[in-house]
Amino acid sequence: MSERTGAVRTGLAARGVRSAWVLPASLALLAVLLVLPAVIPPFFTANILGRAIVFGIIAMSMTFLATYGGFVSLAQMMVAGIAGYTVAVLVPGAVPSIVGGVPYAVAIPLGLLAATAMGLLVGAIAVRTQGIYLLMITLALAVGVHLFIQTNIAWFNGYEGIRNVVGPEILGLPFRNTYVFYYTALVVAAVLYAMVLYVVRTPFGLALQGIRDNVRRVNALGYHAALHRIAAFGIAGFIAGWGGLLATFYNIGISPGTIGLGATVNILVMAVIGGLGHPIGAFIGALIFVVFDTFAADLYDRDRFNTLIGAIFLAIVLVSPDGVLGIARRLGRLLQRRPAAQPAEAPR
Amino acid sequence: MDFRMDRRKLLLGALGAGAAATTGLRMPAYAQNAPIRIGWLATLEGPFATGGQDGFRCMQMLLEENNNQAGGRRIEVVRESSNAQADVALARARKLIEQDNVDMILGPLSGAEGIALRDYSRTLTGKTIINGSSGASDTTLRNPSPNFFRFNTDGTQWMAGLGNYVRRTLNVQEVAVVAGDYAFPYAQVFGFSLEFCRAGGRATYLWSPLGTTDYSSIIARIPRSAGALVVIHGGSDGLAFMTQYAQAGGNLPLIGGSIMADQSMLSARGPHRRLMVGMVSAGPIADVHDDPMWNDFVARYRRRWSNQGGFASPSIHGFNFYTAQQAALLALNEVRGDLSGNQAAFQRALSGLRFKNAMGADVHLDHNRQAVSDIFLNRIEERGGQAATVTFARAAQVNQTLGVPEAQFLALGAPSRDNTGCIATS
Repeated sequence: MSERTGAVRTGLAARGVRSAWVLPASLALLAVLLVLPAVIPPFFTANILGRAIVFGIIAMSMTFLATYGGFVSLAQMMVAGIAGYTVAVLVPGAVPSIVGGVPYAVAIPLGLLAATAMGLLVGAIAVRTQGIYLLMITLALAVGVHLFIQTNIAWFNGYEGIRNVVGPEILGLPFRNTYVFYYTALVVAAVLYAMVLYVVRTPFGLALQGIRDNVRRVNALGYHAALHRIAAFGIAGFIAGWGGLLATFYNIGISPGTIGLGATVNILVMAVIGGLGHPIGAFIGALIFVVFDTFAADLYDRDRFNTLIGAIFLAIVLVSPDGVLGIARRLGRLLQRRPAAQPAEAPR
Repeated sequence: MDFRMDRRKLLLGALGAGAAATTGLRMPAYAQNAPIRIGWLATLEGPFATGGQDGFRCMQMLLEENNNQAGGRRIEVVRESSNAQADVALARARKLIEQDNVDMILGPLSGAEGIALRDYSRTLTGKTIINGSSGASDTTLRNPSPNFFRFNTDGTQWMAGLGNYVRRTLNVQEVAVVAGDYAFPYAQVFGFSLEFCRAGGRATYLWSPLGTTDYSSIIARIPRSAGALVVIHGGSDGLAFMTQYAQAGGNLPLIGGSIMADQSMLSARGPHRRLMVGMVSAGPIADVHDDPMWNDFVARYRRRWSNQGGFASPSIHGFNFYTAQQAALLALNEVRGDLSGNQAAFQRALSGLRFKNAMGADVHLDHNRQAVSDIFLNRIEERGGQAATVTFARAAQVNQTLGVPEAQFLALGAPSRDNTGCIATS
């Protein structure tokens, strides 16, 4: 057993993720994010950082599957939307009220449960597909659910969606408060991030990485690769569900546009420009995306600012196929090579 | 070490400058000589991109004619674009209010966006949202917000007179209604059906989501017994439907929704233009309307925009945004640019405005801050080689409930695909 995990871990190290750095760097980042709202205007706190964290959570669910399982799923935004819609359908005060009257304390776990179940379902449907076929089947599921929700009036109120989902009160403060929203999103993101880092070290996570590297060998070793895959989609669904809940409260409601093709592609863009390789890439990508999405219209012709956004994303991916994380990793290697006395660390 | 010190200093300097800039923007917002900041929000992307651009054109023209001033203060405009999705409009509105620090927003353009911004406006104090061109009736009819104003008539009002005309004058017994599956067409269908069905007409409804590109299944389901086709689509959807209907050999008499018989449709090339001549529609504007105010407005629009991508005649969205900008300027003049006291005086002035819009129709607001104004029946005719809508009848001072007592109208329920307003009374 230990030999096997050792072998996979070496594989992980060879991918360039040095675990010794990860914990202190993550804690330092968390500390910065905790104090940052004190020095930046509230707009940046809620609508740049907060929004980036929410999108980052959804993108991380995709990064988790892609990095550790090798499954690129385009269904994650849709899965997030399932959680959002579940809560919107249930909670009191929503317009129109479809079920209504279920308190947030019950509706939120139900939303997460629904997203996890949808994640498992997507995983089960896509279990036999790889690569481009997996991409296609998850995309088809995402678009299918989107169109279903858009045309279903009785449960999802069609194109207009469900409005006035104000979110729960936290410690007696309304969720609409900038700081309540921001710190809730930050804590949720930090816990989920830690969860991903933990999960990939468990035997389950290592088996998942084994599936990524060589399915047949993992099967031969006696693991049920298909079940592992489906479970991984379930975990990703749970993560995406949190993102969907926060996005719904942030937008004071949810409409099909939130989970449409555009949104699905946005999540992919975030994950790719941030870098598939480590879950933090999702948040970096989301931050870059949100900054440009918000300010591109100020920087460039208002009729054509989407061109600027596209050009920047193209540039990032051209310069570094593994996203911003790849740039950082390469810079780090360059800096390490300078002091020639130090021996090379990891064999590649 | 030196380098680090420098960078730190630089950062501190930048932070200081940033703080100064933000406070600098906030402090003089109440001073009389500082500019008034207005945020313009329209759709420059997605299915209504052409309408959004025309909205900006008309507002820009009016501001230029006023030397970018109102109430003795300069006006600064911050432009933002959405794509007709509620969450995008909301994110842009938040940016305008919270980051760009605007005093008021003129916008948005489409129905679901309007409802989202109405909800957002309720969380704001000391800011005003004046609706741009969104026409869902519920935005102001149910659950209105105290700082959300709408000087354009809504989608239901725009259909005033059309249902009766089709049933009584054209003597059509049954129609097929093809419409988009969202708030604005619901409102239009409701306004049409209310009159048409009360007058004894029957209707079949065929809905399709906004952004549909293939209408063949809808076209195939138009019943043979229908005596006319009511088309309540707009933007690129309307164009796609009409093109495919023309290619499928459709030949029913056409009745149009208010954003159907519009320059954004008539200016586009394609087989739909042949079919659309003769189409009867209703709405707040027409291309050809014999009124000096309208002729003057069209002449100014053509002079300003004919070489820069403008339509042959202003579109309905351009007209609506223009009306919103008119109202904002009039109210600012009335309070001499005074936005102090959480804009209380300004908002009072808005509520009490009485003015003529570009069609020469009187506009005033009801108790929900919703416009009451005139609606016109139009027919599409060839004028000088160009298709244009021409007014031939006028319904004066149409209110939001189409003259039905408000309690009774509210009891009918909100317009939706299951509540089309088609209630026969015989």
